Amino acid sequence: MSQQSNVRLFVLGALMLSLVLTLIGRLFYLQVMTGEEYKVAAVNNTVREVVEPAVRGLILDQVGRPLVSNRTSLVITVDKIELSREPDGGEAVIERLGRILDLPAEEIADRLKPCGSEGAKPPPVCWNGSPYQPVPIAQDVDPQTALTVMEQGQVYRSVDARLDAIREYPAPFNVNAAHLLGYLGPLTEEQLEEQGPTTASDRLRRTDAVGRSGLEAYYDEEVRGKPGITTLAVDTAGRVTGTLEQFDPEPGQYLISSLDARLQSVVEDQLVRAVQRAQRQGNPGDSGAAVVVDVKTGRILAMASYPTYDPSIWVGGVTQKQFEKLMDSGSLASNATQGIFAPGSTYKVVSTLAAGKQGFDLNGTYDCPSRVKLGTQVFRNYESAAYGDISLARALEVSCNTVFYGLADRMWEQAGGDDAGRDGADPVADAARQLGLGEATGIDLPVESEGRIASREFKIENWERKRDTWCKNAVEGYPETRKSAPELADYFTALDQENCADGFRWREGDALNASIGQGDTAVTPLQMAMVYAAIANGGTVYEPRMVKAIMSADGSQIQEIPPIVSNEITGSRARQSIRFLQRSLPRVTTEGSGRDPFSGFPLDQIPVASKTGSAQVTGDKVSTAWFASYAPADDPQYAVVMMVTQGGLGSKTSGPSVRKIYEALFGVDGQDVNSRRSVLVDGKPSSNLPVIRQDGTPVIPLGKDSGLPEARETVTARGDEGGG
Amino acid sequence: MANLFRMQASDAAVAPQRDRGGGYWRDLDWILLIAAVALSLMGSLLVWSASRADLASESDPQSYLKRHLINIGVALVLGFIASRINYRLLRAYTPVVYVASMVLLLVPFVPGLGVTIAGARAWIDVPLGLTIQPSEFAKITVILMMAALLSERRDREEEPSAQDVLLALAVAAIPTAIILVQNDTGTVLILAAVSLSIVAVSGVRTRWLVGLIGAAILGVLASIQLGLLQEYQVDRLTSFINPNEDVSASAYNANQAAIAIGGGGLDGYGLFEGPQTQGNFVPVNESDFIFTVAGEELGFLGSALLIAFMAVILWRAVLIAWKADDLYGRLVATGVAAWLAFQMFENIGMTLGIMPITGIPLPFVSAGGTSMMATWIALGLLQTVRLHSLAVQRSEV
Repeated sequence: MSQQSNVRLFVLGALMLSLVLTLIGRLFYLQVMTGEEYKVAAVNNTVREVVEPAVRGLILDQVGRPLVSNRTSLVITVDKIELSREPDGGEAVIERLGRILDLPAEEIADRLKPCGSEGAKPPPVCWNGSPYQPVPIAQDVDPQTALTVMEQGQVYRSVDARLDAIREYPAPFNVNAAHLLGYLGPLTEEQLEEQGPTTASDRLRRTDAVGRSGLEAYYDEEVRGKPGITTLAVDTAGRVTGTLEQFDPEPGQYLISSLDARLQSVVEDQLVRAVQRAQRQGNPGDSGAAVVVDVKTGRILAMASYPTYDPSIWVGGVTQKQFEKLMDSGSLASNATQGIFAPGSTYKVVSTLAAGKQGFDLNGTYDCPSRVKLGTQVFRNYESAAYGDISLARALEVSCNTVFYGLADRMWEQAGGDDAGRDGADPVADAARQLGLGEATGIDLPVESEGRIASREFKIENWERKRDTWCKNAVEGYPETRKSAPELADYFTALDQENCADGFRWREGDALNASIGQGDTAVTPLQMAMVYAAIANGGTVYEPRMVKAIMSADGSQIQEIPPIVSNEITGSRARQSIRFLQRSLPRVTTEGSGRDPFSGFPLDQIPVASKTGSAQVTGDKVSTAWFASYAPADDPQYAVVMMVTQGGLGSKTSGPSVRKIYEALFGVDGQDVNSRRSVLVDGKPSSNLPVIRQDGTPVIPLGKDSGLPEARETVTARGDEGGG
Repeated sequence: MANLFRMQASDAAVAPQRDRGGGYWRDLDWILLIAAVALSLMGSLLVWSASRADLASESDPQSYLKRHLINIGVALVLGFIASRINYRLLRAYTPVVYVASMVLLLVPFVPGLGVTIAGARAWIDVPLGLTIQPSEFAKITVILMMAALLSERRDREEEPSAQDVLLALAVAAIPTAIILVQNDTGTVLILAAVSLSIVAVSGVRTRWLVGLIGAAILGVLASIQLGLLQEYQVDRLTSFINPNEDVSASAYNANQAAIAIGGGGLDGYGLFEGPQTQGNFVPVNESDFIFTVAGEELGFLGSALLIAFMAVILWRAVLIAWKADDLYGRLVATGVAAWLAFQMFENIGMTLGIMPITGIPLPFVSAGGTSMMATWIALGLLQTVRLHSLAVQRSEV
């Protein structure tokens, strides 16, 4: 054969070899060099998750009564994708659905609008879930209506009915506890984005409802449980080709609260009565709070806030009207943990601690004139009463302001007076900080206010913040105000000139005001309760806790939450001061400003330590009525603090309600004390944990102690009793 | 044309095949045979894996595998017959077989007989639910016909005459045109490459070769420019350049194929364990995309082994061409080698994203009876060429 042919055949063979090598090379690159990313793509391609939601854990009170449980509900949902496919954009469907569900069509339309879109109402009315997820528009629909919707599948292609487990509030003894328990809401886009890489069972999904406030939010992870996840292998057509993994849902854990439903009910009731009492005196009495804490552990036994709202309003989402009403009423935030108020004379325990630590003679005598003059300012006693030379204990009993002014004045001068710099001593503020004021208590709730301590430091910080405005106003001289009221403008201008020049200075007047809990000082009622609990137990400041244990849904695993000490007051002078307070405060109840509300109370059997407070608030005509206390004074168990804003005198408005709470706690009837009459089962905070049966139902006290209607005594965990 | 049927002198000497230690079974290229059998067995496993997922819900999930094994059986018999064809007779009957196959190629156009699969009207419906793809047989007859024409030359001529070359090109052009009308782009490309290889090895002048390659390039460009190719054909051919951009139609195929093969890694998921394969994400993965099954389930090691078997077959085919006793045998072997090489490269290349996606099977491996039979017949022809060459060499010693 020709040479030409041989050469060509050789070239062809070489070409074939190069083709083979090309394939092998490319194969090596795809499989060995970059194989991993394709592996991931393959997994996404072929795996589908089926999620079976977990049942949320119950929240029980200290003896096992359910405060929050579950039940089933027929829910009507609208699929927005399907709805948008309707020729008229779904208007007719919404119209028709509104007629069947007896809801205005625009309310349904509002519910379907994604939050943040044009014309959308604020959350929770708008939809903040995924656009691919059916929007629930009505819960607890009766089965007949649900059937109507489902049977007309052709007409309502976008509408469906499904059975959901939803939250229920059994309300033993008609407790409300709305601010403590909190509520659920759909997962927000931010929460969804925030979560980093998680396992499938820990991952939050768009369809999840999560705790938005209260215990539901703080313990969301524990209560949420883990959804059952079945990982299916599917083909391109979506047909299931096999099951790769399967995890059964793990029900959420139960919260065993230290709250007692029956006590909570009494406290809520007594708070309302205190408010009514204020109003009967002609005072506005617009809001209030009450806290009962176990001084030995820092656990919250009851905590109420006025005004409040019905927690079940959140179940199924609120309507626009409901939400506006809720916002206007000011009942969404808890006054007990989020409201900050001037503590008034209840703060004198802080000043006493400060004075004792500074070395003032706690058993000495101090002058109690009717007033103290400071330049042009006059600082008075209540009703300008004068007691002459009295002991410090007596000063606490009668709540003599001028004695504390004197102490504060001397402490201020010792620190260097007007010339003390930023680092000048500030004993009252230090004592307040020691007792946990001016910072979050650390309670197991998602939000709380820190409050404020009037102090040198605060003054400087405040001046640095406001200086520019003050100085600007001082130069401009309030031209607008000047047109109508030139004198007022002069006054404002002079004030701002002074503030601009040396508003950072901790003045004598500031120190005096601070000593009696006025001025810039503000506390939450919870903080005050923890202060009195610390005095009661001899100086241990606890982090308040509302949950004492977390249990698995079958009761088999228990994680106890021990009391947490946030600060221990040490030092002999400080300990002496605490003991001095422990000796003095019971006499406030027997002989001082706390006597009236406790007249007829068996104080010989149950001595009560107390301090009243009637704090002046700028802008308010009527003072804030405080009553802070603990009992029994000889072996303290409970601290009870109540306050009503614009409520008048602490002893007149809050005092009687606090007395009623002690009567309920100790089982007082007239002069007779019997712990079997106590609202607490066994007459004291339960030291045992409630029992949870294997099926998830808690064992609760029977009969009148259950606080539930007889038919409801069997509480179901899974919510399989109601609905269709 | 007339001397096409004239017997060559050397042919007469071939008749006594058992002389001097020769013999069919001894002379057979066993390496070639074993590589092809290994490839077919490997293919059977892959077809089994790919089809059982499709048929999981049917009464007999193995039915596809059984049909494939029957196909291989029939193909082995046909290959055996082809290897025993008398070299002389083969050449003599080539025109008849060629014409017959051209007629068969036209049958898909007959209404009621033709079947369109994946946009190509290239199949004939036959009883028992089977289909025949006549273009597979056309590849063989084109090789035989071109080899016959180009090796037919007068004494002392160093190279085929222009007339012979043109005639040979016409022989290739007829089926190419028909297949082009049938929308079977892949087979057109293979036929072009095969014809070019045969013409090249036949020893034509280099200018012929340059002209042909130039014409082929111009032809493709012109057909795109002039809109002769349908838009989807262009899409199909270009989607391999960036398969991620468009996750529809043929880009989807390329993408899924890449996921399957890339996911296989070094050692693969194991037979029956590939998620892409078992989830039916890769289209027609029992035939055109069979290599994705190898890539995913057998990994780099398994699929490189598959290519290695293929390479052995090509090596033996080229060797047979090299050692062929006459130009005819050389051209037949060259044609078969080129056919297998380019078809393998195109088929595997498209699953690896380096060749456009076309609907052609992987020789010896893919399911599809016609293809299996045609490749085994081609293998038989290689053996025939070898047997003949060995016999001639022995007789000349």
